[in-house]
Amino acid sequence: MRWLALLRPGDWLTLAAGAALVGASVPMFWQGGLADRAIVRQEGRVFAELDLRARKQLEVPGPLGITLIAVEPGRARVVSDPGPRQYCVRQGWLMRPGEIAICAPNRVSLQIAGRTKVYDSISY
Amino acid sequence: MTRSATELAITAEDRRVAWLATAAVGLSLVDAAIPSPLPGVKPGLANIVTLVVLLRYGWATAVWVSVLRVLAGSLLLGYFLAPGFFLSLTGTTLSLLTLGLARHLPARWFGPVSLSILAAFAHIGGQLLLARAWLIPHDGVFLLTPVFAGAALVFGTINGLIAAKLLADTPATDSPR
Repeated sequence: MRWLALLRPGDWLTLAAGAALVGASVPMFWQGGLADRAIVRQEGRVFAELDLRARKQLEVPGPLGITLIAVEPGRARVVSDPGPRQYCVRQGWLMRPGEIAICAPNRVSLQIAGRTKVYDSISY
Repeated sequence: MTRSATELAITAEDRRVAWLATAAVGLSLVDAAIPSPLPGVKPGLANIVTLVVLLRYGWATAVWVSVLRVLAGSLLLGYFLAPGFFLSLTGTTLSLLTLGLARHLPARWFGPVSLSILAAFAHIGGQLLLARAWLIPHDGVFLLTPVFAGAALVFGTINGLIAAKLLADTPATDSPR
């Protein structure tokens, strides 16, 4: 109680404004919420939508061969790919909504999705 | 004893700044000893001294004490001129500027807690911007914003309360301002 006496009326206002700022910063900076799905595309068409809650492996056939995708709780990655440069494999685990690994030679992409859609970029 | 050619006149104000800065450096060391879950989330106990100095001796003294604290603290902890030093300096500069403006708020309504919260937000804001511009040039830095902002609110409030208590408990001995 003695401590509360040290707060002046405006201090409560500042506290409330600060709390509002913190509250507003969550959706602003953690856009898209938590990752909950992995979308696998082949030739631009959705090949599979995987739930990120369960551990799973998926083989995606492409023109060069099989791209192997692994899902673990909260994250997904491309384990192996027949492409020559292995960019999508080297990207490692993807865990934030909007992250994407593209295995262009084999025409496979793996994207993480959250509840809301996140834009790659916006131009006016 | 031979008189030195250059004699520095030490005023009472100099001594006061030195003592206060020493107290702030001591609190910085305590701060550094507290384990933190995330780099950048620190209680910032030295800011209690800054607040008390600001409200009792004015803004200029607060600037002196803060800058000396950042310099001496970084030398003692071994991060002088390391990235952490510049983060610290940027945060301190921005919070001092904020305090310079915020101290003109009506004192009847806004006490040390308000000043402390505003300074804490300015501090972390400055650090995030410097980190984004220089250390980690990627927007991913801002993913930590809600955590940092939450910490700023909590620690800003606690430090402000401690500063308010100190100011209430110790009547001004010297002439204020």
